[in-house]
Amino acid sequence: MKNKSIYLLLIPGLIVIIFFLFAPILMTTLPTFMGENGITVSRYMDFFKDDYFMSILTRTLRIGLITTIICVLLGVPVSFYVAKSNPKIKGLLLAAAIFPLLTDSVVRSFAWMTILGKNGIINTLLVSAHILQEPQKFLYTESAIIVGSVYLFLPLMIISMVGVMDSIDDDLIEAAESLGANKFIAFIKIIFPLSVPGMIVGSVLVFTGTFTAYTTPQLLGGNKNTVLATLLYQKAMTLSDWTQASVLSTVMILITLAVMFGINKFASKLYERGV
Amino acid sequence: MKGNKLFTFFVILVYVFLCVPLLIIITTAFDSGNIMSFPPKGFSLQWFGKAFHSETFMTTLGISFKVAVLATFIAMIIGIPAAYALSRKNYRGKAVMQSIFLSPIIVPGVVLGFAFFRFLTIKLQLDVFTSLLIGHVIIVIPYIIRVVGSSLENLDFSIEDAAVSLGATKLKAFFLVILPNVTSGVIAAFMLAFINSFNNVPVSLFLTGPGVSTLPISMLSYVEYNYDPTISALSVILMVMTVLIMFVVEKTLGIKNFAK
Repeated sequence: MKNKSIYLLLIPGLIVIIFFLFAPILMTTLPTFMGENGITVSRYMDFFKDDYFMSILTRTLRIGLITTIICVLLGVPVSFYVAKSNPKIKGLLLAAAIFPLLTDSVVRSFAWMTILGKNGIINTLLVSAHILQEPQKFLYTESAIIVGSVYLFLPLMIISMVGVMDSIDDDLIEAAESLGANKFIAFIKIIFPLSVPGMIVGSVLVFTGTFTAYTTPQLLGGNKNTVLATLLYQKAMTLSDWTQASVLSTVMILITLAVMFGINKFASKLYERGV
Repeated sequence: MKGNKLFTFFVILVYVFLCVPLLIIITTAFDSGNIMSFPPKGFSLQWFGKAFHSETFMTTLGISFKVAVLATFIAMIIGIPAAYALSRKNYRGKAVMQSIFLSPIIVPGVVLGFAFFRFLTIKLQLDVFTSLLIGHVIIVIPYIIRVVGSSLENLDFSIEDAAVSLGATKLKAFFLVILPNVTSGVIAAFMLAFINSFNNVPVSLFLTGPGVSTLPISMLSYVEYNYDPTISALSVILMVMTVLIMFVVEKTLGIKNFAK
């Protein structure tokens, strides 16, 4: 096939994406750098000096980071188990991970509202078992957002790592064990380093997903635990402050890109050193 | 590793964490009590009745369905030729093209929603439904490109050359030789794009307006002010839909390939 016709096939999609994606994004982000006397970053200086914004930014980053760490700690062993299971069980376990992933995020957050709420399952259980005197506030806390986010994104971590785990040769583990390593040591020294590529892909997905999520923090965090995504919505639609909403948009895009490129750079450095 | 009971126990715990919340939702949906409670008081279908009789939920369910189907179709018309072009051998700018077509995934959902709102609704003055549809076309394009693209990559293009050398035009070869060979990829792409459009919150949030809303958005605002099993009943209906979609994906693409 000649090159010309290949480009021809790409053109409709290109036009749609440039006109309906790039144009709106640039129209939102670029004006935030325009001042009366040309290019300025003063809006961003104001943003990073504002305590309220900074507290929301650090909360959002903190939730993303903790969620990612928990997903790695739970996801690495689980995906190894899934990868090494016999085909029937493996299919079942993969399906059980994919199912919540394809279920609406409102439904999944609502499930945690019924578990963590004041009259929710945990409180009912703990009170009737006399462990608690009265219901505790689990819902509308930062921890509730983290639990909900781990629940939301752990399947993504498992799915991105199962493929990598599949390719780890069983003989390697056997060799380590026959040389005297116990199962735990073999796991830490052999499986863990070999699964780093999957872990990196998964971590980027989990972090950027949590960092930009709207539904979970909105439903599980309540009014006090605003994150960047819920703040952006408030600014744009409730307060009609489009300038600040645009600044927030730019900050979110830049951090997302920085994390993606940063982690990938870090990953390629690791490979160069031969880890 | 199999013999390690502690390890198996750990994996079971994690799966309990993944499965129990949705199971709880299912049980509350069939509750006969008047309020949300667990364990349920008895069996009834009252909440399903309530969900089906709610005009808001039924209208928005219809809109969600319409938007998801239309957006997926439009994205396929644009995306399948592009996926085909992207799967052919190296040419100038291929990598750049690939990232352009996958770029909607990189932009945070709420940012997309806000940018679409300002451009489509405010600047171009498009009506609510059209804006919503365009927004959804953009967000599902990457799914089409990826899933159709990966089945095209496994295809031996010499069958196309054979068809052409036997006198078929390029267009004819594409529709009669290439497309039938990637049907399963196309079906799976349709399913995944559909469910992702259907479930979308952040983009729809900005693009819904008076009279036009999607089911997840109306559920979201309902949950913020009400707390009863109507949402559980709706959730069960959505879960049944998800199971059907997963079944189709399993039969076409194979659930194991989902990971790629």
